This record gives sequence, C-alpha cells and structure tokens, in this order.
Amino acid sequence: MTDVLERTVREEWGRLVALLLAQFRRVDLVEDAMGDAVEAAARRWPQDGVPDNPSAWLLTAARRRLLDRLRAEETARRGAPDLAREAGHREEGARAMADPGDLVEDDLLRLVLMCAHPALAPEAASALTLRLVMGVPTPDVARLFLVPEATMAARITRAKKKIVGAAIPFGVPDASVLPERLDTVAQVAYLAFTAGYAPGTGPDLLRAETSGEAIRLVRVVLGVRPDEPVLVALLALTLLQHSRRDARVHDGRLVLLPDQDRGRWHHDEIAEALGLLEHPGLTGPITVLAASYTLQARIAAEHARAARPEDTRWDHVVALYDTLLAVAPSPAARLARAVAVAEAQGPASGIAALEGVEIPASHRVAAVRAELLARDGDAVAARAAYDQAIAACRNDVELAHLRARRAALD
Amino acid sequence: MKYLVLLIGDGEVKPWDEHTPDEQAATMERFRAFDEACAARPGVEVLAGEALADAGTATTLRTRGGRLEMTDGPYAEVVEGMGGFYLVEAPDLDVLVELLGELPAYDMQVSPVVDVTY
Repeated sequence: MTDVLERTVREEWGRLVALLLAQFRRVDLVEDAMGDAVEAAARRWPQDGVPDNPSAWLLTAARRRLLDRLRAEETARRGAPDLAREAGHREEGARAMADPGDLVEDDLLRLVLMCAHPALAPEAASALTLRLVMGVPTPDVARLFLVPEATMAARITRAKKKIVGAAIPFGVPDASVLPERLDTVAQVAYLAFTAGYAPGTGPDLLRAETSGEAIRLVRVVLGVRPDEPVLVALLALTLLQHSRRDARVHDGRLVLLPDQDRGRWHHDEIAEALGLLEHPGLTGPITVLAASYTLQARIAAEHARAARPEDTRWDHVVALYDTLLAVAPSPAARLARAVAVAEAQGPASGIAALEGVEIPASHRVAAVRAELLARDGDAVAARAAYDQAIAACRNDVELAHLRARRAALD
Repeated sequence: MKYLVLLIGDGEVKPWDEHTPDEQAATMERFRAFDEACAARPGVEVLAGEALADAGTATTLRTRGGRLEMTDGPYAEVVEGMGGFYLVEAPDLDVLVELLGELPAYDMQVSPVVDVTY
C-alpha cells in the first residue's frame, strides 16, 4: 500500500463510512464496499498516480461498489432489468448528499453511537467500532482481542446483522439519554484499550500499538463531542496508563511501578493528561462512569507527578481510592487501595486492608498478598500465597515475575 | 420495523395479586401512558397488545417425528412469567426503548419481526 493510501485510510476511514451510511443506511454493505475501494486504490494509484483528492477517490469508488450491489439485489428481488434508470436517479441524490461540511461530524458521531450501542454485546461493539470507525483491519482486531481471525470476522458480521435486523439507528438519541449512551461509547473504547494494555493471557504483555488505536478512537469521539466529561476523563486515564508502556517491560520481564525507569515514561503524554484533568467540565455534575475515570486518572497522575517512587504521596492515593470506592465500588479498586495502604502505613496494614477482597479467576489478590507477606517477614505464608497466584496466573510475563519472586524467598 | 415486545417477568414490579387497589391503578396508568406516548409519536403504532392468562393455562406445541405433540405448560422457563405482549411498529430500536420506559418496570424481551412474503 502506498503511504498516501495508508494515511488516507487511517485518517479518513470513519468519516467515509459515516458518509456512506448516511446515504445508504446499509452497514452490512458499507464495510465491504470500503474494502473493495481500498483494494482498487492499492492497484490503481501506483499505475495512474495518486489522485488529487485521495479520500474523494475512495468515496466515489466505494459508492460505485455499493450501487452495484444494490442494483444486483434489486434485480434479484424483482427479476426485472428496468433498474438502470432508477439507480441513476439515486446516484444523483448521492452526489447531492456527499457535500462534506458540519454534517460530516454529526455523521461520525452517529456512526460511533451505532457501533457502540448498548443492545450489542460489549466485545462485539468494541470490535465493530475499531473496524468501522477506525478502519483497523479485521485480522488486527482479532489479534487485539486474542481470538482467531475467523471468530472475529463472524463476531463483526453478527453485530452488523443485529444492527440491520433490530434497526439499531444511525442517529443521535434524545438529549436525555445521550450522556448514558456516551458512557457506553467510553466503555467500548476503554474495553479496546485494556484489551491491548493488559491482556489476560499469552506472551505479549503490552500491545502498545493497539492501545494507541484505542486512544486515537477516544480522540476521534472527543473531536465530535468536545468537552464531554466522560471522554475527557477517559483520554486522561488512558494517556497516563499508556505513557508507561516503554518502562513496563524489560527484556521480556514485567517491571513494576516502583522499579520502572521513569525517564522512559512519555512525559509529553503525561503533561497532556495533567492538563486534561484541569478541565472545568470534570468538576461539575458528571456521570458515575465519568467520576470513576476521573478518580482513576487522578490516582495515575499522583504516580506520574512523583519524580522518584519515594516521592509518591501515598496518603493522597489512599484518599482518592476511598472516594473511588464510594463512587464505584469494585474488587479491583479495593485491591489497589490495599497496595496504597501498605505503602502509606506499612505491609501489615495493607494485609489487613486485603481482608475479604476477592477477584474470581484472577491471580492478582494472591500475588499482592504474597508480596505484602514477604515484606512483612512471613516467608511461609508468602510462599503459599505465591503458589496460589502462580496456579491462577495465565500471563507468561507475569508468571515469570511471580516465579522469580517466590524463588527469592528461599 | 415491527417489534414483538414480550413482558417476560415482573422485574421490579410486585406480582399483580399483591398490588393494593391504588397500586393497581398506578400500574394501569403506566400502560395508559405508554399507549398515549406511542399514539403521540410519529411513525409509532401499537398494532396489538394483550395481557395473557397465567402460565398454568399455557399449552406447548412441538412437532416430534412429524407429529404435532401437545403438552401442558409454557415452552421454556424464560416465558413462565410472561404476562403480556405488544406488537409495535416503530422506526428504530432507540425510539421503541424510549417509549417502553413508560411501562411498569417489567423485564422484557424485544424481537424484531421479520417480513416473510410468500
């Protein structure tokens, strides 16, 4: 693929899909038509030269494919050939609608709200959003969600069928429901981010590239809904987590926060996130989800601001977790709070704070308990907890880390 | 688009026979509000809607080995609490879901109706 084509697909895919949907309302056909258009461009541009307006070229090519498909469908349905005239009319209407302007931004929002609709399963919505809004190819989406390509292709097809079959609208809902629908969009984007950030299994601890795609998605949605609190908070949170990507793994080994080389954090991203957290919209009335993202981002910001691990204001971190637990209680937040308590008040207090925290099918509680017991000098109990964590852990990098910690006890 | 809305379970609504007369009137008012909201919305029409007799009166029909067999009771657990249904014409799922918010807080299932032409 030529550089121009790659860049055009990357930057314009979502807008072009939205334009085609605004015109044809056929999500089941639009993706294939776009795929065909890109394929045609990859063939033609190297021979004919890159067109003056690459995205208009792709739009025209995709639109032609769509009209061909619709014509074929109609012929099949009616068994009659008297369609060329009608299709011609429709094409004229199509040209009139292709005028890009403010409407295009609205169409992009409609596309995002359709893909991230609560009537779709979250994983399907997340995959569909990456595919249709961001133009991430299906094999890459499959890689991101750790499923075979055929499985992902079927999942995306099923989601598109549900959209058409249940008439999930390509539209912006009433203002009274828009905030919760944007919450769903944020959740869908965060699901895409965490799939890349901390996969549960496999040798690949960090897939920074795909996390980057999710951040790009948040930016795109924020572009059409500027100042939306849940999106501002989510962008801050994901930027802060993403900023540590180069420091989290060294020689294929997991590096925990206190041991990370803070010089390798992306400080430009941290600065952007800290700026976002100053946004006035975050102090007004916001949804529970927006509040939860904001607090998580403020916690990450405490770490980001500390030049050295010992500079971390752990009492602030504990207080932020207390607020987070009041707003949106979760076992993961209780676990993280226990870690902060241990840092602020010593391992024994941390172990006490872990009391009753359970995360089914996860090794994390046992891993933290083991670490705190070891620090507290109880090697026997620590060893047992490490064994428990090792038995439950399915991530290769983290497994190696746990084994090394357990061995260090001997 | 036509949708079949099944009122599947009582959800946050008390069983009907535990309602006080006032509560019954309030619940009936929700049904009326739903009808009115549908009538007021362009492109939306309630094509049919009935309350159903309790599950003990349901009969299940299954064809096994080419024979239509009849058994007492509802088909599956999921419809044991089914209390009623609507057949609604609505432009899309969002419009329908918004209007269904007028109804008592039952658990519901929404299924699009497929056009079958012979």
